[in-house]
Amino acid sequence: MKRHLISAADLSRGDALLILDTAEELASLADRPIKKLPTLRGRTVVNLFFEDSTRTRISFEAAAKRLSADVINFSAKGSSVAKGESLKDTALTLEAMGADAVVIRHSASGAAHRLAGWVRGSVVNAGDGTHEHPTQALLDAFTIRRRLRATAGRGSGLDGIRVTIVGDVLHSRVARSNVLLLSILGAEVTLAAPPTLLPLAVDTWPCAVSYDLDTELPKSDVVMMLRVQQERMTAAYFPSVREYSRRYGLDAARMARLPDHAIVMHPGPMNRGVEIAAEVADSARSMIVEQVANGVTTRMAVLYLLLGGTEFPAVAS
Amino acid sequence: MTAGNGPTTGPGAAGGRTSWLIRGVEVAGPGQRGSTDLLLAGGTITAIGSGLSDAGAQVLDAVGLIALPGLVDLHTHLREPGREDAETVETGTRAAALGGFTAVHAMANTEPVADTAGVVEQVWRLGRAAGYCDVQPVGAVTVGLAGTRLAELGTMADSAARVRVFSDDGRCVADPLLMRRALEYVKAFDGVIAQHAQDPRLTEGAQLNEGEISGRLGLAGWPAVAEEAIIARDCLLAAHVGSALHVCHVSTAGSAEIIRWAKSKGWPVTAEVTPHHLLLTDELAVGYDPVFKVNPPLRTASDVAELRRALADGTIDCVATDHAPHPVEAKETEWSEAAFGMTGLETALRVVQHAMVNTGLLDWPGVADRMSVRPARIGRLTGHGALLAAGGPANLTLYDPAAPAEPVSTAGASKSRNTPFAGMPLPGRVVATFLRGTPSVLDGKLA
Repeated sequence: MKRHLISAADLSRGDALLILDTAEELASLADRPIKKLPTLRGRTVVNLFFEDSTRTRISFEAAAKRLSADVINFSAKGSSVAKGESLKDTALTLEAMGADAVVIRHSASGAAHRLAGWVRGSVVNAGDGTHEHPTQALLDAFTIRRRLRATAGRGSGLDGIRVTIVGDVLHSRVARSNVLLLSILGAEVTLAAPPTLLPLAVDTWPCAVSYDLDTELPKSDVVMMLRVQQERMTAAYFPSVREYSRRYGLDAARMARLPDHAIVMHPGPMNRGVEIAAEVADSARSMIVEQVANGVTTRMAVLYLLLGGTEFPAVAS
Repeated sequence: MTAGNGPTTGPGAAGGRTSWLIRGVEVAGPGQRGSTDLLLAGGTITAIGSGLSDAGAQVLDAVGLIALPGLVDLHTHLREPGREDAETVETGTRAAALGGFTAVHAMANTEPVADTAGVVEQVWRLGRAAGYCDVQPVGAVTVGLAGTRLAELGTMADSAARVRVFSDDGRCVADPLLMRRALEYVKAFDGVIAQHAQDPRLTEGAQLNEGEISGRLGLAGWPAVAEEAIIARDCLLAAHVGSALHVCHVSTAGSAEIIRWAKSKGWPVTAEVTPHHLLLTDELAVGYDPVFKVNPPLRTASDVAELRRALADGTIDCVATDHAPHPVEAKETEWSEAAFGMTGLETALRVVQHAMVNTGLLDWPGVADRMSVRPARIGRLTGHGALLAAGGPANLTLYDPAAPAEPVSTAGASKSRNTPFAGMPLPGRVVATFLRGTPSVLDGKLA
């Protein structure tokens, strides 16, 4: 594996499977009374969050702590960053403090990439602008495999699984990372969105594209709904939230068009009643809470593998 | 042109007391073949031919070198007044001289904006004082580049700086009525409006050419149509009012096609292309290094190929550097936070050799035309852009096209280091630059 995890494209199929299989091993920890492993003892993980994202930060924090790493949370608000400190100076500060890994969330695409040029430790991209969010894709792949592959699918990819990603692909780091990772793992990905919310050159991506959600649903094993931001409406990406919801929202009637085994995913936070109806979000098909739980285990696997922690005790036994 | 009267001090001081005999040089111009000698005295070329002699002259052995008329840049950001941390007139003109330029047009987006006679005269005087090359100020089209009210174009034209080129460069004169009026108004004093063609609505928050790379990198796309739509509109306006339009930094294949069409109608349209748009593509952005962030953005390989073709066939009249120096901290940031722009004065001729001459698209007389004759004509600059001939001004550049390709260094005369060509091997070397018979550069160093 590479030293950093910035894009899902940094991962080979073998790397991705190693992460998923490691996460599977770690998942069995969650059922133990003592969840903590000593593998990253003495290592420092910095959560560098320039954007508010309590859920992602907490997920990374829990992951690092369960591996016994020291965690420093650095939030841009009220810090030197708010006083105009540059990303580079922040990076040099962290470097001086000896961070072994920096988990960065930033509103600018490429921020994680830039940071990796300025620090010696491993950089984990926890979402950069409208670019990527690779650990979200990993936890999504992990969730899909657990649900749709027998015996949690250890060692296997997602070959032949049909995943439909719905909504604002243009501005979605989750969609970018998922298209890359799921296709690396062999899934057949289709993007369903209004043309305004698809990148111009989406035909160069390793996926199919559809403007019509209804025709895709019966062919889908997984439907992944993306959050739609209301401010997109003012930029004329679509006429109204109601129209968006009517054409691309997943409600109970649409959910009924899915095959029986199909699952529904959402990276959160949801806009209930916009891209996903409450009865869908709360249905038995919904993986949304499971995705959150799987986020911790998957991120543990990423930190463990990037930081080359000591062997963990045979948790599989 | 007053700018052609030259500085009062420094290397370009009028006349130059020493005469120079340049031996064995190849003069780039139509019909001129084989090596010859040039005698420079009193600010002019006094003789041209084989076997010249002058006992009192300094002799420069120029065998293997090409003599070009001194290069003229239509598009330079010297940053003074206001951003002397990035560049000054002095450092910028030093860089220009090292790049083989004898005249540059200083863009108006300074702080304060060059939208009054006072500011353009200040820049013009700073240029005269620096003396490394002539500095012809460009005036803003609208007050404060705000795009709402015409600046006092006539007063700038009548000032000591004798402004003829007007541009809101950095911003587009987007309002079609204002653009029409500007084009019409400057006819009174043979002015030209140099448009930065960028539809503001189509490029809100835009970061990188809209295409495969911007989609993959998650950077807001900058569509080609945002440039092309403005160029098409402006060509129609220029035809309608019969006034001169110059299109700055053409960056797309479609733009070249529209300009070719406008020229085929006989409309008064000229255009420039930057060295970086002749060589670099948006793929360089994959590392998110903002040294490759520029306005207009780097485009695709097919755009580069079409721009080269358009420069070769004369659709695009000239190469202009859009030299845009920025301090280190303006580029050591996230991509979206970084400033737009690249330096270019010191590398322009080498890039043109690499992209145009070594590819067989343009010969050296063609380079003389696109980098000196035509930009001087578009800029209404007298005393520059004349093919080298006896009796003409002794503004010339001696260039060694056979110098082995050396990686471009970031250390130069410009105050800024934001060259996108850093580390890239480029052929050729500017050996000497003469401004009115006096060397500003000798042996590749400031004289």
